[in-house]
Amino acid sequence: MSTLIDALTAALGTGAQFHKWQYPPSVVCCTVPREKFAEAARIVKKAYALLAAEWATDETPFGGGYGVYACYRWGGEYLIVRAELPVENPEFPSLTKRYLPAYRFERQMHSLMGVAPAGHPDLRPWIKFEDWPQDAWPLRKSFDASRPLPRVKGEYRWSRAEGEGVYEIPVGPVHAGIIEPGHFRFQAVGEHIINLEERLGYVHKGIEKRFESLGWEGGFRLAGRVSGDTTVAHSLAYCRALESMTGCMPPDRAHWLRALFLERERIANHVGDIGAICNDAAFAFMLYQMTRLKEMLLRTNRELFGHRFMMDRVIPGGVAADIDEKGRKAVLDEMTCLEREFERLVAVYDDNSSLEDRVRDTGALPPEKARELCAVGIVARASGLNLDCRMQVPFPPYDRIEVKAPVLISGDVHARAWVRIEEVRESIRLIREMLATLPGGPVAAPVAAPQADRAGFAAVEGWRGEIIYWLQSGPGGEVNRCMVRDPSSINWLGLEQAIPGNIVPDFPLCNKSFNQSYSGNDL
Amino acid sequence: MMRILYQILRTGIVTEAMPREINARIEAAGGRLEEAVKRRFRKSLTIRQVDAGSCNGCELEIHALNNPLYNCERYGIRFTASPRFADMLLVTGPVTHNMERALRRTYEATPAPKLVVAVGDCACNGGIFGESYASRGGIGKVIPVDVAVHGCPPDPFAILSGIMKAIEEKR
Repeated sequence: MSTLIDALTAALGTGAQFHKWQYPPSVVCCTVPREKFAEAARIVKKAYALLAAEWATDETPFGGGYGVYACYRWGGEYLIVRAELPVENPEFPSLTKRYLPAYRFERQMHSLMGVAPAGHPDLRPWIKFEDWPQDAWPLRKSFDASRPLPRVKGEYRWSRAEGEGVYEIPVGPVHAGIIEPGHFRFQAVGEHIINLEERLGYVHKGIEKRFESLGWEGGFRLAGRVSGDTTVAHSLAYCRALESMTGCMPPDRAHWLRALFLERERIANHVGDIGAICNDAAFAFMLYQMTRLKEMLLRTNRELFGHRFMMDRVIPGGVAADIDEKGRKAVLDEMTCLEREFERLVAVYDDNSSLEDRVRDTGALPPEKARELCAVGIVARASGLNLDCRMQVPFPPYDRIEVKAPVLISGDVHARAWVRIEEVRESIRLIREMLATLPGGPVAAPVAAPQADRAGFAAVEGWRGEIIYWLQSGPGGEVNRCMVRDPSSINWLGLEQAIPGNIVPDFPLCNKSFNQSYSGNDL
Repeated sequence: MMRILYQILRTGIVTEAMPREINARIEAAGGRLEEAVKRRFRKSLTIRQVDAGSCNGCELEIHALNNPLYNCERYGIRFTASPRFADMLLVTGPVTHNMERALRRTYEATPAPKLVVAVGDCACNGGIFGESYASRGGIGKVIPVDVAVHGCPPDPFAILSGIMKAIEEKR
């Protein structure tokens, strides 16, 4: 038995009903009465669980109402707690007072599904903008997604700060650099930021709804475009969730190649980020050196696997690319070259005191705050949380190849940069080990269509952190819901919390060190 | 400091010659692209990049244009922070419902000749996101487009080639 299940059954008794859906064995789902939804959160929080995701489904095709789901994580264990809501009164107790990340999850559920979290302190729309009609709930089955939305009059209530010398700086959605759109509003006194409010949703493309119309076969391509820089990890998470629903077992060689793509994606993004962080501290030398290394990796990707970012190379049942002896050697040679060049640059980073002056103690997210926010990925590991799906819920080949994830505790820009440096080193080692133990055989297995009324779940450690997919099939075996949780949905709150107390000119540097996805958050 | 200097010397100049197809475009653009840029855009073509809803894949390739291998600055092509200084908008898409207004306002803020290059399949026709309640589809639905560059995402050469085509056609 597991800790979370024990805690829940001890407290709720027969009130918690466990399902035998075809999840991976590490995931358990149980239904509790609606009024016990927040009570369950209190119980699992006492058992040290973190909130990984919260979402709602429209279950009217099954003859029910709406479903609300909260996914908790403790070590390698995931527990999904579900409650049913009637159509006429879709209200449920809010988890926001127990778990901070529920704050945005619930605003989003309220905005897009029209379910009402009772006791939520701030129900301003999220992702949904003030110019959408109030009753436009795109995730409901009754919503016609093919028609453009009309625009109505509305106003967004920003949080305010008042007092002598307090002024406001609005930034975005169109930013100064080549980055995605979002809006940041700073309240500042002199150079010091006293509050930052994020407003995201500008790149909401209706992805979760789109999954429902694309069908099971088309979904992996869309998953690969949830966040372009994380294409491998997102399509892998989608494919693994689908495979967990259908019982498909990809061949061993496919697992190894998927992990190879995943680690290559991690290195390419980390190398680019380290350069960009230094550039935002006015050390452009590093940007040009690092982008040179990144370009080298992308070119090898194209040469060996046919795409610079390996889009659409992970497919349900396996992979759509293979590697031969020549390719294996090319990757090993590349790793030798990368390691040599990278270490020289790390020495420069470490040596440079003016750079250190900018990155140390800047944008600090203390460990206790990171835990409270249930942060994931590089942000969590830079703030003392030892969280990595590759270690805690190891999917093949990570169950046979040991991963050592670095953990730092200072939580500042330097820690987030240094975690990346250590991860590049570790990924180089992993790639060498994978290529040495690469099994033979086919690279894909056939995938059957999911049966009716099933659910699938997968958690994959992308380069930003844990990505979660939860799929549900409808009464006819069709896609009823595809829930996507990019690490950014949680970590954006971390940025908001890390900024106050810093000076305005340090914001780009802090933001770059978090480097969260707008598209993955807005969906 | 010595480490930095050594590294710079060791790296040397890594900027590459452009493939023949792009060189042909440069010639078509008026002998040499630098000359075209010098003559028509007062020595530098300034680009404002606008993400109107992309997945960030196209942005990665636009970033790559600035890396030392492609080094687009050698042609006097620069990226600017404000649309008010821009000769050209490099727009990725699809245009989302929530970005439509911001894209229109950016276009209005851009002075003539307002060249617009739509980058990527989504910017051309909505791509995999199509048209829906949240997505308007291609950039052309919202602002006039001069050149469309296909690809998911298009590689840096294709983007550079699209930029040159726009200069060439708006002569």
